[in-house]
Amino acid sequence: MNQKRKIRVLVAKPGLDGHDRGSRIIARAYRDAGFEVVYSGLHQTPEEVVQAAIQEDVDMIGLSSLAGAHMYLFPRVLELLKENGADDIVVCGGGIFPGEDIPKLKEAGIKEIFVPGTPLGEVVKWVEENVKPRT
Amino acid sequence: MGIPEKIISGNIRAVARLIRDIDDNIPEAREVLKELYPYTGKAYVVGITGAPGVGKSTLVDQMVYHLRKAKKTVGVLAVDPTSPFSGGAILGDRIRMQRHSMDEGVFIRSMATRGYFGGLTQSTRSAIDVMDAMGKDYIIVETVGVGQDEIDIVRSAHTTIITLVPGMGDDIQALKAGILEVGDIFVINKADREGVDRTVSDIRLMIEMDEKRYKNGWKPPILTAQAVFDEGIKEILDEIKKHRKYLTSSPERKSMFQHEKARNDLVEMIKDRIVSDVLANIIDSGEFEEALQLIVEKKIDPYTACDNIVLKKLKSG
Repeated sequence: MNQKRKIRVLVAKPGLDGHDRGSRIIARAYRDAGFEVVYSGLHQTPEEVVQAAIQEDVDMIGLSSLAGAHMYLFPRVLELLKENGADDIVVCGGGIFPGEDIPKLKEAGIKEIFVPGTPLGEVVKWVEENVKPRT
Repeated sequence: MGIPEKIISGNIRAVARLIRDIDDNIPEAREVLKELYPYTGKAYVVGITGAPGVGKSTLVDQMVYHLRKAKKTVGVLAVDPTSPFSGGAILGDRIRMQRHSMDEGVFIRSMATRGYFGGLTQSTRSAIDVMDAMGKDYIIVETVGVGQDEIDIVRSAHTTIITLVPGMGDDIQALKAGILEVGDIFVINKADREGVDRTVSDIRLMIEMDEKRYKNGWKPPILTAQAVFDEGIKEILDEIKKHRKYLTSSPERKSMFQHEKARNDLVEMIKDRIVSDVLANIIDSGEFEEALQLIVEKKIDPYTACDNIVLKKLKSG
């Protein structure tokens, strides 16, 4: 039988943040790389993000934040994934973060952080190297 | 607990993973589907189709809202197109359905059309079966409705809703012979726009001209709605109920529907199996490439090449 796993990604914007240009561009770049991208839109609670990730059975969640609430929102997503037994899902983040927050986010379990100026090709390459579709 | 038991008990993670396996064509998923089959057949399936931007997702969102108020559980399967160039897809239907994501009575799943080898019809039908087995009362399937595959999907629904917007004008003429013929209910969304009466009368004309088909049967109603303002949604659900009653009121009609559905399902399944087994097999073995080369060099005609391959495969079983 002809079987082939595709990488499935959820691109989400948690919190009260209306800046979705970045996440849309990322979604598009992922699509062009051959991933299936579930785009869930603006103003999501971490609970909603995690539920969507589970229902859609994604391999990775890309969180976008440009409004400064990342130190609460990102770790909360990780916490909820763990509670739901879904912490095998890779989580990375993109947006604007004070430099000192980045190591803290990584320590909390965010696999990678992408900041403005990162070429799209680099973001895609990172996913290809670090996210494997579930076996 | 085995996977089938988990599905039947409504375990979200198990359901989500099984649908992924179906989509990715993992052989083990078939075994689970076999065990689930006795538990299917209880859900009522509604197909919604229409051109991009007519408001299908918003309509689905409102229908889910009303069904939930009536204490019904709902599964949503939203199909979006795969890019033919990259093989990737952006699945954006959840955006309009965000408010249901924390509701345990609602399961939403996005699916990409994938390619020719994807077996879209087959995988959506199997995904419907999974949601059915997990106990959803209603399953709503949303597709863009272009191409035979998608027409087949909505045809396997109990009730098919065609969504249009005012101002499509002559486009309706072009659509006439296609997907419009499979509609059980027509919804003209964004009914505050100019030209709604014209669109309604165009559809009415089309239906009236097909009088023979609808005589002694179900004549599709034409409804107007403004999904964003929750206007006209109750009426749509009322018509779905009426259509459901129509389908189930006479035993002959009920068995005819089931027979037709079983026939379509089996035909699709066999077609799919042949494509995935025979075609994939000859691609892997290099026979396909070999035949292609001969055809290009005009050493053989494609008809003979096809006969050779297919007859050989059939003989070898």
